[in-house]
Amino acid sequence: MSSSMVTARSGDANFPSRLRAESPRYGEKIIKALLATAAAISVVTTVSIVISLLGPSISFFQDPAVTLREFFTGTQWAPSLANPSFGVLPIVVGTLMVVSFALIVAIPLGILLSIYLSEYAPKRVRKVVKPLLEVLEGLPTVAIGLFTFFWLMPTIVKLTPFLPWAGPFSIGVAGIAVGLVIIPLVSSVSDDAMRSVPRGLREGAYALGASKFEVSLKVVLPAAISGIIAAIVLGASRAVGETMVVMLVAGAGNPNLSFDPTKGIQTMTAFIGGRATGDIATGTLDYNTIFAVGSLLFFMTLAMNILAIKLVKRYREVYD
Amino acid sequence: MATLNSPLPKRSQAAALGARAVTESVFGKASVQLKVKNLAFYGILLTALTIATLSIAAILIWSIVEGHPRLDLNLLVNNPSSISPETAGYRPAILGSTYLIAGVILFIVPIGVASAVYMELFANRAKWYNRFIELNIQNLAGVPSIVFGILGLAFIVRGPLSLGFVVAAGSLTVALLVLPTVILASREAIRAVPSSILEGSLALGATLWQSVRRQVLSAAFPGILTGVILAVARAIGEAAPLLLVGAVTFVTFDPKYLEGGYSALPVMIYNYAGRPQEEFHTLAAAGILVMLLLLMSINSIAIWLRARSEQNW
Amino acid sequence: MTDTKNPDQIKATVIDQDSHMSIVMDDMTGVSMEDFAGRESVFNLSDVNVHYGNSLAVKDVSLDIYKNQITAFIGPSGCGKTTILRCLNRMNDLIPSARVTGSIKYHGEEMYSPEVDPVQVRKLIGMVFQKPNPFPKSIYDNVAFGPRTLGMSGNMDEIVEKALRDAALWDDVKDRLEDNAYGMSGGQQQRLCIARAIAVKPDVILMDEPCSALDPVSTFKIEDLMMELKKDYTIVIVTHNMQQAGRVADLTAFYSVVSNDEIGSRTGQLIEYDTTNKIFSNPKDSRTRDYVTGRFG
Repeated sequence: MSSSMVTARSGDANFPSRLRAESPRYGEKIIKALLATAAAISVVTTVSIVISLLGPSISFFQDPAVTLREFFTGTQWAPSLANPSFGVLPIVVGTLMVVSFALIVAIPLGILLSIYLSEYAPKRVRKVVKPLLEVLEGLPTVAIGLFTFFWLMPTIVKLTPFLPWAGPFSIGVAGIAVGLVIIPLVSSVSDDAMRSVPRGLREGAYALGASKFEVSLKVVLPAAISGIIAAIVLGASRAVGETMVVMLVAGAGNPNLSFDPTKGIQTMTAFIGGRATGDIATGTLDYNTIFAVGSLLFFMTLAMNILAIKLVKRYREVYD
Repeated sequence: MATLNSPLPKRSQAAALGARAVTESVFGKASVQLKVKNLAFYGILLTALTIATLSIAAILIWSIVEGHPRLDLNLLVNNPSSISPETAGYRPAILGSTYLIAGVILFIVPIGVASAVYMELFANRAKWYNRFIELNIQNLAGVPSIVFGILGLAFIVRGPLSLGFVVAAGSLTVALLVLPTVILASREAIRAVPSSILEGSLALGATLWQSVRRQVLSAAFPGILTGVILAVARAIGEAAPLLLVGAVTFVTFDPKYLEGGYSALPVMIYNYAGRPQEEFHTLAAAGILVMLLLLMSINSIAIWLRARSEQNW
Repeated sequence: MTDTKNPDQIKATVIDQDSHMSIVMDDMTGVSMEDFAGRESVFNLSDVNVHYGNSLAVKDVSLDIYKNQITAFIGPSGCGKTTILRCLNRMNDLIPSARVTGSIKYHGEEMYSPEVDPVQVRKLIGMVFQKPNPFPKSIYDNVAFGPRTLGMSGNMDEIVEKALRDAALWDDVKDRLEDNAYGMSGGQQQRLCIARAIAVKPDVILMDEPCSALDPVSTFKIEDLMMELKKDYTIVIVTHNMQQAGRVADLTAFYSVVSNDEIGSRTGQLIEYDTTNKIFSNPKDSRTRDYVTGRFG
């Protein structure tokens, strides 16, 4: 074979190198360092968020007026009263109420829209519907909040006189409005998941005589399930963090433990947004409370986001 | 029927007709049922689409109906006033938002594109820290906006940067908030450029940066621009973090970058909406209308750009 | 095999493209590998192994590539022919997990030594890819990009025209140099990529299945072009098309896959390297014979 013919023009040392760099290319190295620095800014941001939250949160729990036990199990949230109590449950329940109502709206609508987009919509229609959903996604939440407070809420109250509405605020209606906010997110993430299901799976089912409806529900939906769950988790995480709609519609008052959707209930974000609007002095218990609730909010959404990222990664690994 | 004219012997014809009858009797009804199910499901899908569309339409129509009485020049050029809501306007808020957005763009374009270029083209994925950066950015995109407000309050307004309640602080806070959007969109745009373009350039003896700058980035430019525009649109409507970094003052003077109070359009709208008088609610709706018109024009530019520059590889 | 001929005179003649067994290059008969022994080689590979991560992709490749010859790499998919090709201009550096061991010398200089600059390597060793990959720019800018980026001196219009003429494309495009390259046919795009590669005056052109995406007419045009270019350049071509190797190549290397079912690995290996004529008419190895006669692959 070839080994016999390794006759090679001998590489003599005097032969001038043609393969060395003509210049040390410092510019190239500097640029790479600059690019990496830019990417590191997001890491610095995350680290700063954690530090900025944890410092005052630790001071919060070190305060003699606060105990960890009371914070997580107490049912009274009155941090700024003369005789304060720091049970965070009422505003956590408020947040969970918003998330539940938002998901009741966004799961069916979001998933149906994504089935329509990925399985049914002709290309032309898709080209119209996609940007339309992007418009909804791009609507400032202040706009949705105002619309809900001034129109949707009174309309719902008028249509359901049998419900015990009291006052201008309602956590349930706030949840429905937050549902509108997260529909585009839920539908676009599940649309991505369904579109990454290989064509072959669908064609196999069609070849067996399945109809479009059966293929959508019995083949595509189960195959894309981890992506769809990711979409729901991301939607829920977004709902947890939604502030403006909740402040406008659920009201910033009433931090009592309650499960009544027709009443206004304070949420975690509404508490932060409402408390921080005043110029609070650094280091006071009032100031630290904001950070303690902020930490809880941050770690709740962090857990959900990481779960969603893992789920998306899973379907990408299977199909891409 | 085709079978009657076919050259098959009579017996075969009869058999074929019989077989067809059996098939139809077995599967015919089922297929009618299935057709109904199919149609019903399609109907449900269209209903979902209609609800989504109607919601958007309702928000637009509501803001037009409520806000149009105040759609005048005063709305743009007048200062806010708690005494005469009929002529009060958004001047400082509009200027504040403009300053804010200018700062946001100055920050996110270089940092966002550079991060995306690093992650897509320079970073070695096998290294743990590069995977960490990636996970970090994905997660940062999902951090609630009000948490960025807390960061702004603790680190930018006070703490290490101590800028105070000024436009620059708000601008930096919102910029950090929308940075992940720009990075993810730019990465998407860079990934849409086939790797064969980069390889083609490298194979000519161009350096990685020369190839990235002259070929990959120029091909990804429309996508990156779209991402920046969408991030800017988001930044315009963002109110929650600004509540924490000072954009709440009822200011009646033009903002400056590094001193004095400031306001922003969505925060001002929120402020007006919370007042009891009916006139302020009209003013708030008119503010929404201004913001929506602004956003729609910005979004149409993005959509137009995307449609215009679609490269079929 | 004592009859010696100057390999430069070897001329490939297509006799019948349908039956590869009848592709016999009349001038080649009698030229043997020994005739190349004293000639100037461009690359000397010895014991080259390529790993991707922990898996061995190609093992123990040793061969010499001679100046102004067309050398073809053939073999079934997964045999490592493209991997070895991409080692020759350090394109594999782009894959972080890729690791090359053994020795690859370019004009006697070790290509994988740490002082070597891959960018410099690629200036000297151009590449044409499987799928035409023109830049989404004008035809002119596609050709001018390389010379501009490398800071070549001279009149750019002349450089572009020369490259397009050498790639037999000038007459097709001279009136539409400012048009986007994506408006051209696939064959024209691929010739543009060749023009782009020769515009920077490389020493070697590597071609990775350059015609696999093209129709037969375009394929023949590119093959003609290769026969022309061989006067000035050394060409290494990977092809899955045996007839093509038979038509254009002076020397042919046959690679195959060795699978190890126990650890589930598939490793490419160089089976036989000889004159094209020998490989197709009288190979030493039975695996080569099976492949070129179509019994396997």
